[in-house]
Amino acid sequence: MNQSFPTTITVNEKEYKREVEPRLLLSDFLRHELGLTGTHVGCEHGVCGACTILFDGESMRSCLIFAVQADGHAITTVEGLAKDKDDLHPIQQAFWEAHGLQCGYCTPGILMTLIPFLKQNPNPTEDDIRHALSGNLCRCTGYQHIVDAVKLASEKMK
Amino acid sequence: MKPAPFEYHSPTSLEQALEIKAQYGDDAKLLAGGQSLVPAMNFRIVQPGMLIDLNRVNELSYIHEEKNTLRIGAMTRERHLEFDSSIAKRTPLLHEAAPFIAHPQIRNRGTIGGSIVNADPAAELPVLMLALDARLKAQNKSGERWIKAEDFFVGMFTTALEPDEILVEIELPFMRPRTGWSFMEIAPRAGDYALMGVAALVTLNENGRCDSAKLVYLNAGDGPVDAKETAKSLEGNLLGDALIESAAVTAGEKEINPFGNVHTSPEFQRHLAKVLTKNALKQSMRRAEENKQ
Repeated sequence: MNQSFPTTITVNEKEYKREVEPRLLLSDFLRHELGLTGTHVGCEHGVCGACTILFDGESMRSCLIFAVQADGHAITTVEGLAKDKDDLHPIQQAFWEAHGLQCGYCTPGILMTLIPFLKQNPNPTEDDIRHALSGNLCRCTGYQHIVDAVKLASEKMK
Repeated sequence: MKPAPFEYHSPTSLEQALEIKAQYGDDAKLLAGGQSLVPAMNFRIVQPGMLIDLNRVNELSYIHEEKNTLRIGAMTRERHLEFDSSIAKRTPLLHEAAPFIAHPQIRNRGTIGGSIVNADPAAELPVLMLALDARLKAQNKSGERWIKAEDFFVGMFTTALEPDEILVEIELPFMRPRTGWSFMEIAPRAGDYALMGVAALVTLNENGRCDSAKLVYLNAGDGPVDAKETAKSLEGNLLGDALIESAAVTAGEKEINPFGNVHTSPEFQRHLAKVLTKNALKQSMRRAEENKQ
């Protein structure tokens, strides 16, 4: 039972071809095969949200998808947000300015949750924001500065 | 942790999937959205020898209307239940309850069929299937059969499916006229497992009396709990405060059998069930009055 599958995945608009064992999680594929360590691994059972990525544009847990299942699909990770370090995505810039992070472990997952959220809700209320963040755990901030950052981001993106 | 090794199949048609299932039966586990199965595999609580991934079986993903029923393919993502206009119009209870299923990141991947077959007593979809009088289509290599929701859930994480069968379609009757609905649950945090929840439907007759009622509870026993005696006590009557109060007591004290968990005692769950029953019945009744056509 030593299967491996040729798998082609587009990550941040770049195509990668690898042979993968079926049990390899997409989160580990991104980190260990591609060296894209921006996607963090917290709980590995879908609760903490640190590994959230975009799968064909929709936010999903990369620890609950096998890499082989992403064959032929397009993934966006946190590395795909900023053009370079001096040209951050408005959501990243807002997190910087509003102190939306402390240790930063949860941040990539939160950013990837917010990309589709702010697209679908360009004018979110505080309630909407807190609801949207309910699938991502942060143990440092108490969330207040994250909520502030999301408000700031929604203003920047108008 | 990481999952144990397994053999992987990724059929691109239902026919191929049924062929593999016929050959391997219970040795082959179906992978739908994987939002419950993959966590269990990561923890090695389950170590299936083989996975049949249904994510490339595109023919199982659809929502359409046919002869007063809604037909939903088993691989339809939960997120689509939330935004589909047919569901909102024909089965507003399902539309209202869908956002309570975990978080958007989970609903984007999780499927209606996967959650039904997982038969978690704390999950929303099994409860909704019972409340909505769903019929579930099971298929194997040699044919198909329809199973009523009330016969489908046979115990904790256990269904009536045979080892060679795949759940392929969910059939929901359109909501009747003069019917109101309500879905309510109490969870420590949005998207978490609810401590208690209820799906309610109330149909009024022309005189404003209750023609039929349905109350189904989650996290209230070893499967979705249909409070039949409570529903029966409402039928033929005007739903006044005293009757609603006594219905809440029957449901909360007699019909449900909650176990409690680290977040709650069974007593608190019974208390929540009573409060939710009252609120859900009142909301359903109001909506039934507005929905007279």
